[in-house]
Amino acid sequence: MQDKRQLKREQFTPVTYLLLTVALFFTMVLCICIGSVRISFSDTVTAVWNAVWKLPIPENIAKNIILNVRLPRVLCVVLAGGALSICGAAMQGLLRNPLADGSTMGVSSGAALGAMIAIATGFTLPGFSFGGSMILAMVFAFGSLILILSLSYALDRSLSTGSIILIGVIFTMFISAIISLIITFASDHTRSLSFWTMGSFSGVNYDQVKILCAALVLCGAILFRFSPELNAFAIGEDNARHIGVNVKRVKLIILITVSVLIGVCVSIAGTVSFVGLIMPHIARMLVGPNHKRLLPASLFSGAIFLLLADLAARTLLSPVELPIGVVTSLVGAVAFVIIFYKTRKVRS
Amino acid sequence: MLAGPNGAGKSTLIETIAQGIPYTGSILWQDQDIHTLKPSQLARMIGVLSQRNNVSYAYSVEEVVGLGRYAHRAGLFSGKDDEGKGQVEKALEMTGLTDLRHASMLTLSGGETQRVFLAQVFAQNPQVLILDEPANHLDLKYQQHIFSLIRQWLQEPGRAVLSVVHDLSLARKYGTHAILMDHGKCISQGEISEVMTPDNLQQVYGMDVYEWMREMLSQWQEC
Repeated sequence: MQDKRQLKREQFTPVTYLLLTVALFFTMVLCICIGSVRISFSDTVTAVWNAVWKLPIPENIAKNIILNVRLPRVLCVVLAGGALSICGAAMQGLLRNPLADGSTMGVSSGAALGAMIAIATGFTLPGFSFGGSMILAMVFAFGSLILILSLSYALDRSLSTGSIILIGVIFTMFISAIISLIITFASDHTRSLSFWTMGSFSGVNYDQVKILCAALVLCGAILFRFSPELNAFAIGEDNARHIGVNVKRVKLIILITVSVLIGVCVSIAGTVSFVGLIMPHIARMLVGPNHKRLLPASLFSGAIFLLLADLAARTLLSPVELPIGVVTSLVGAVAFVIIFYKTRKVRS
Repeated sequence: MLAGPNGAGKSTLIETIAQGIPYTGSILWQDQDIHTLKPSQLARMIGVLSQRNNVSYAYSVEEVVGLGRYAHRAGLFSGKDDEGKGQVEKALEMTGLTDLRHASMLTLSGGETQRVFLAQVFAQNPQVLILDEPANHLDLKYQQHIFSLIRQWLQEPGRAVLSVVHDLSLARKYGTHAILMDHGKCISQGEISEVMTPDNLQQVYGMDVYEWMREMLSQWQEC
């Protein structure tokens, strides 16, 4: 007799991918259309299509706003939203902790500190306007990862999940204190630094889009390849070892990959919280915990969520732009309570 | 059977064989030091069923059992495992989980969860099965069921089981050979009847175990 406890699980078929891609496309176009200057759907599509195929763009279309302001911003938001979300999904699986996200290890804070030092000191690279903050963000992200892993290894000689989380949380608090100090003393840059700690995609350009795209493609591919291992970790690290996973090596690869991706995102947009924490949970509710489905679902849901959050940040109190981190935190906190309540209900 | 009092080192020995904790010396499998093997090679030889398995996410039974084939998917990108589907089906059937294959792990009882991980180890198809107190936290019905499944698995030639047990009655009923440990040392090893003598058990447990067991069993004879 069929057991009644059959799992209702949406299948992540090619049709699902197509629908999500269409949803993402329409959300992107919507975000380009809506702003302090309203642009029609047809103008947006025409401008982008003609630009891609190097065709002339009609004069009556606000091509500068579409192509030089909104399109790079929307692309950055999509890529960052997807990146933060898959990092969160990977960390929740790897550390077997539903509260984990890309910032759990303190890498996000470390990257933020690096970028802020660059802003506060005016460190730049010639011909590469954002290069200084990006380079320092990535250096500090790596440095944070090495420091945290070293401390964790010194604690229990085994890179255990518990010690990584503990050291990561303490490190994050420590770095937050240093960041507050920098903001206090860097009076010339106080406003931009404060704004940046809450996340912002204002002023992003196509160079940043290209770097973010490259990072997401490379790191995303690595995380997708390790989907079976992430599933094994999510069930239990001991179990992963017993079935033949090279636990130390895989853990290192995934942690480094997440750090690189987080470092690039933070260097471009500052600290955008809750995306990596919440969206994997929502994706998990839709497609289940298997990372073969969870990672793509997280990618799409993170991108769409951050697009809508950025839209709200730009338009709710227009012409004043809210930091995007404020919007994601407000929505994220409420969403987290709802998810927690629903999860407890399912388990009981 | 691996027997001995608490703190004897039974679980430590299991974890050492499973390469879960660092150690000095060597562990040989057919004259080869298992420390030199890749984790996937070791997993194809040795399967481990832990005492307690908790799943935090809503994986299906089939997904968890299917993970047992991980070591058989060779290479960075190949993921090819010709026997995999068949082994998973066989494992589900042996453990009576075919009807539960799509059920969420979060909805299973303790006994059912342990059966799932036993099915995972069966799907892994190792030569040696290491069990760390497999009947722990299970009621009598599941205890009997788990051990009869393991007995069934042992029918195929070339297989062996090393099981940590606290219950010496289970050890005597299901085991053929035993290692008796105390304070990290092997006190006796050999056939069950040679190892579990009154003197050996008195030495290790510090009490007359035979008298204790007779006293326990006499409770049932009165009924």
